[in-house]
Amino acid sequence: MASQLDDPRIIEFDVRTDEMLVNMGPQHPSTHGVLRLVLRTDGEVVSEVTPHIGYLHRCAEKIGENLTPRQYIPYTDRMDYLAGMNMNLGWALAVEKLMNLELPDKARHLRVMIAEMNRIASHLVGMGAYGLDLGTFSPFLYAFREREKILDLFEEVCGARLTYSYITVGGATADLPAGWIHKCEQFLEQLEPVIEEYHALLTTNAIFVRRTANIGVLSPEMAIDYGCTGPVLRGSGVDRDLRRDGEQRYTEMYDGYAFEVIVEKDGHYPKDHAYPAVPSSAVLGDCWHRFYVRMLEVMQSIDLVRQSIDRYTVAKGSWGEPVKLTEKLPKGEAYLETEAPRGQMGFYIVSNGGGAIPWRVRARSSSFCNLSVTHDLCRGCLIADVPAIVGSLDIVMGEIDR
Amino acid sequence: MSGQAFLERLKKQFGDRITGANLTAIDPWVDVSPAGLLGVCKYLRDEPDLRFDMLNCISGVDYFETDPKKAAKTDWQPHLEVVYHLSSIPHKTSIVLKIMLPRWKNDQAGELPEVPSVSAIWSTADWHEREVFDLMGVRFLGHPDMRRILCPEDWVGYPLRKDYEMPLEYHGIRGR
Repeated sequence: MASQLDDPRIIEFDVRTDEMLVNMGPQHPSTHGVLRLVLRTDGEVVSEVTPHIGYLHRCAEKIGENLTPRQYIPYTDRMDYLAGMNMNLGWALAVEKLMNLELPDKARHLRVMIAEMNRIASHLVGMGAYGLDLGTFSPFLYAFREREKILDLFEEVCGARLTYSYITVGGATADLPAGWIHKCEQFLEQLEPVIEEYHALLTTNAIFVRRTANIGVLSPEMAIDYGCTGPVLRGSGVDRDLRRDGEQRYTEMYDGYAFEVIVEKDGHYPKDHAYPAVPSSAVLGDCWHRFYVRMLEVMQSIDLVRQSIDRYTVAKGSWGEPVKLTEKLPKGEAYLETEAPRGQMGFYIVSNGGGAIPWRVRARSSSFCNLSVTHDLCRGCLIADVPAIVGSLDIVMGEIDR
Repeated sequence: MSGQAFLERLKKQFGDRITGANLTAIDPWVDVSPAGLLGVCKYLRDEPDLRFDMLNCISGVDYFETDPKKAAKTDWQPHLEVVYHLSSIPHKTSIVLKIMLPRWKNDQAGELPEVPSVSAIWSTADWHEREVFDLMGVRFLGHPDMRRILCPEDWVGYPLRKDYEMPLEYHGIRGR
């Protein structure tokens, strides 16, 4: 592609072009579902990108005003459908905050294990789909091969492969089945070396690096200004991960776990000796760094799952009995954010104390904020870079439109 | 900084533009008048020891009971609230601001209540405010692009209001 030109304006000198509006989506393979982008182009150069969202709006917040918190769990699955467990967790924690419910240790370690497994699955899809955006098909198949094994494990846990409704208010709907831990350990054992192969296939691939390095550079100030979170924020070098910096109710789940936030500090990533080196053409905050942070988080999650298995097996207490389906909510309001794979997922619940049904439910979506930056990020890039930039944000439309 | 000391500091700075607070709630909040919002937000973002540099969420909450029997028992008057959840990355703190609004401007049904837009302070407010406008019917003054975001542009009504009724028909599609 023409992105190798140092100055994209060079194209302008030989060809006379007119300004043109190009419509991308809502049915376009590189827009991850039903995102519509209207590009104002001048030749190959994009001068303005206007995202149009709402094609998958399912009134999730209004539905929340008509159901009890436990009945609402399946609807949270359908927000970020690639990380249903993390959505369940975010909602369950927000409701527990309102109810002032404390959980047994075993339930906490169970939640860490399940949430981190789902993070691996979600980042694998992110990796595979990003490969597709950039025109390579095979990483997608490899990623889905591994993700399929995680879904098999989840199916044993709760019977569902995509919309789990497993983590719920008060704990989880059931304990792990017998022998599951062993299968999970075996899977991690097998996954770890495979990640190295993915690095060879994609992360260090010369074509991939040229398509992503120094493309769509998001400065840390801009990332914070636009409320970007998760790998998008950390890819810009901002040291923030709610698993360490979040509210106590959330961080105490990770108490005693050894993990470092994946962010570039003083020019290198934590434990970076084991990983492919950062290519010289990559600039902090570009598409490559966002992708790289995700890949390193897979390794981090593998480590966290192993730690949680050790703790879970020795933890005393129950796995957390769920509360009654129609448990009465106290009057008050609570807002809690968790670190979902795509960023900070917040749930806000207001109750007027009148019964089991909340007065207002609000979901703060991470992808929603991450996507809002495209309009600034794509200004002046080439048309071919638009899928690379939007793909690097790893959006899920179900979560944006809710 | 304790909640009380922080509130005193805000009150000293902004006087009667801080209209109230609830420091005993799960997430303590400060009530701000619409006229004082921009000043308070700029102050919270720019003071070196506060630095609330991230706007997490803007939510609208409609306090209105459609059932007259239940409405007589509520301990509030019908109103709208706009809730701002802010957090500070360097100081790892968070804060909640609330704005109380009438459900309709000047009590005339159809006239949207108005709040100054904070999109010049945090760019992320741009989309959040559009969402509150779209679903809750609050107009943000000074917003660069006040359009609906999730619903189609020709949609009628504000779906998250408690007295909203689903239209019977939309472009030939049956609604109810």
